[in-house]
Amino acid sequence: MKCVICHDDWMPKMSFSIFLTLRQEDVCCPRCRARFIRLEGNRCERCSRLIDQAVCEDCIAWEKRKSVLKQNVSVYMYNDWMKEVMNRFKFRGDYALIEAFRHDVRAVFSKHFSSDVCLVPIPLSPSRLAERGFNQAEAIASLLPLPMIFALRRIDDEKQSKKTRRERFTGRKFCLTGENVAEKRIVIVDDIYTTGATVHEAAKLLYDAGARDICSFTLIRS
Amino acid sequence: MISANRRSGRLVHFFFSGVIRLYMAGKQLLKSGLSFPYDEKYVQVVESIVKTKKGYRCVRCDNEDQQLFASFPCARCGRICTYCRKCVTMGRCSECNPLVIWTGPIPSTSFSSPLKWSGKLSPAQQLASDEVCHAIDRNDSLLVWAVCGAGKTEVLFAGIDLALSHGKRVCIAAPRTDVVLELAPRLASVFPSVDMAALYGGSQDRGKLASLTVATTHQLLRYYRAFDVMIVDEVDAFPYSVDPMLSYAVERARKPTSSLIYLTATPNEQWQHEVKSGKRKAVMIPARYHRHPLPVPTFEWCGNWQKKWRHHRLPLCVIQWLHARLSQKKQAFLFVPHIEFLQQVVPYLQQFHPLIEGVHAEDPKRKEKVLAFRRGHIPILVTTTILERGVTVPNIDVAVFGAEQPIFTESALVQIAGRVGRSAQYPTGDIRFFHFGKTKAMVKAKRHIVRMNDEARKRGLLDE
Repeated sequence: MKCVICHDDWMPKMSFSIFLTLRQEDVCCPRCRARFIRLEGNRCERCSRLIDQAVCEDCIAWEKRKSVLKQNVSVYMYNDWMKEVMNRFKFRGDYALIEAFRHDVRAVFSKHFSSDVCLVPIPLSPSRLAERGFNQAEAIASLLPLPMIFALRRIDDEKQSKKTRRERFTGRKFCLTGENVAEKRIVIVDDIYTTGATVHEAAKLLYDAGARDICSFTLIRS
Repeated sequence: MISANRRSGRLVHFFFSGVIRLYMAGKQLLKSGLSFPYDEKYVQVVESIVKTKKGYRCVRCDNEDQQLFASFPCARCGRICTYCRKCVTMGRCSECNPLVIWTGPIPSTSFSSPLKWSGKLSPAQQLASDEVCHAIDRNDSLLVWAVCGAGKTEVLFAGIDLALSHGKRVCIAAPRTDVVLELAPRLASVFPSVDMAALYGGSQDRGKLASLTVATTHQLLRYYRAFDVMIVDEVDAFPYSVDPMLSYAVERARKPTSSLIYLTATPNEQWQHEVKSGKRKAVMIPARYHRHPLPVPTFEWCGNWQKKWRHHRLPLCVIQWLHARLSQKKQAFLFVPHIEFLQQVVPYLQQFHPLIEGVHAEDPKRKEKVLAFRRGHIPILVTTTILERGVTVPNIDVAVFGAEQPIFTESALVQIAGRVGRSAQYPTGDIRFFHFGKTKAMVKAKRHIVRMNDEARKRGLLDE
């Protein structure tokens, strides 16, 4: 089998469970797989950050600002390896890498959320979408067998990663598209949660449009 | 007023098209990467992904492995779009993203004798250098087969000088970034007046078309019929030796009439055969510039070391070798077959000497460790095959542990042996292959070295 990340050939271990169950073979080799670190153990119960406190200081600050986002759930920790893989996925546009995340994304999602929620992927600006050819948040959401609502539109074109912390908190990034979200339970989907500014802003907009129980789900927590 | 405006408009246009021409000349770029309008007259737009009987083929990198194609819902074309995963790091070639290939003229600049070098070549180097000049002059291809430490780079100087003074564009392609980073400053110092580009992943010179280019073979995927002289360094080195994409890139980046010069210490079997039968033009430098023979490796059987290692013990002969180096205070490389073993064995070896270190391809501290070894701070550096070439440290010994493993091919072993006795002050050294059963590759490597020494003796290139 060819590893989806390093393209090396590797031999999956044969076992009866593969023959007898519907368990899917991993698409990447054990060496690449081992370099992803799943978020496990002591975490902030609000934002999934690895920390010994029950609720981290950032989340306490969000609470003071009366954020309507109930919880953020993330799958992986951000490390150099993740940075490299995301760089290839997002900026070089190697869409097929999404397959490496399918299993973990589905497992973590179903552990935290019920199956009656709707997904709202964080949008890209039209120019950035044309440049990349796909929206990474939508790609992640498409791994889940749940309905998607395109309720948001991006109005600000600058990359979050090019901004300072302060810049991320000022200025509006989104507006509503008018899709109906009233009385729906929403999970916002994005690739990475860093300061949380993006998902908290999106949550506020969706809340004002009538959505309830707003949570977020990101691939990475940095 | 109007005419002035129009004139300035024309001027802007002229200036702009000049810039574009400079940017596009000799290149093949993805349409999505071009943010400006281009002159249709001088370019050809071709599909980057074509359908074949077998499935798909990537026009830029010649990939036909169907496992390395993938499809995705593309926002640009609104369809399920197929792209090539093999060369995706150079920008995504997809069905809706064609290649824009420059077909117009390529500007050329000539220099009058740009070489500023006062060194002298050895007779064997001189012979090779003359052959290189000859090949460049006649747009021929040539293989320069030179032993490790023969001084291959100097052999190129005269040829590059000749090409540049005829207004030819020269490219030196090397398989890895390390080599480019080492080669570029060396060439810049001997060709101070020439515009140069050093191309590798993340380089500042990206997109430049210079008279003298040093590039990793990957970067050549951006060029199309751009170079009059193509020099491929270390053809036998990974990844060039295993990846047909890179030889395709070399073929596409050079002009149809151009000279092609390969440099290597260890041509593969097929090439060696072609040289012998006269099918491939080659020039050999069988001796080092310091006129001492190449040190010949000795084989030492060390038993089933893998089984021993399961009980966390090493063969006695290896331990003895280690003690001998440490007591003589002689630095040494210990080559091991793979990273997993390296990571286990280094902590074990550190009990003999706390400063023993290990380094492998993915080691973030790779550069620092090699530098520390060069400065003599590390007595023994345990490594995988990454250091098999390029790293030159005077007065060292080398051992290969588990030399029977398939990763140690003939060329890898010859290169490893070539680390020893590089400097004129210390032209000898010990090379030991610790093995559990001799392999063909080991025998061939030894024979290769012995044969080179014989050839050098015959031609009177050694002082003994």
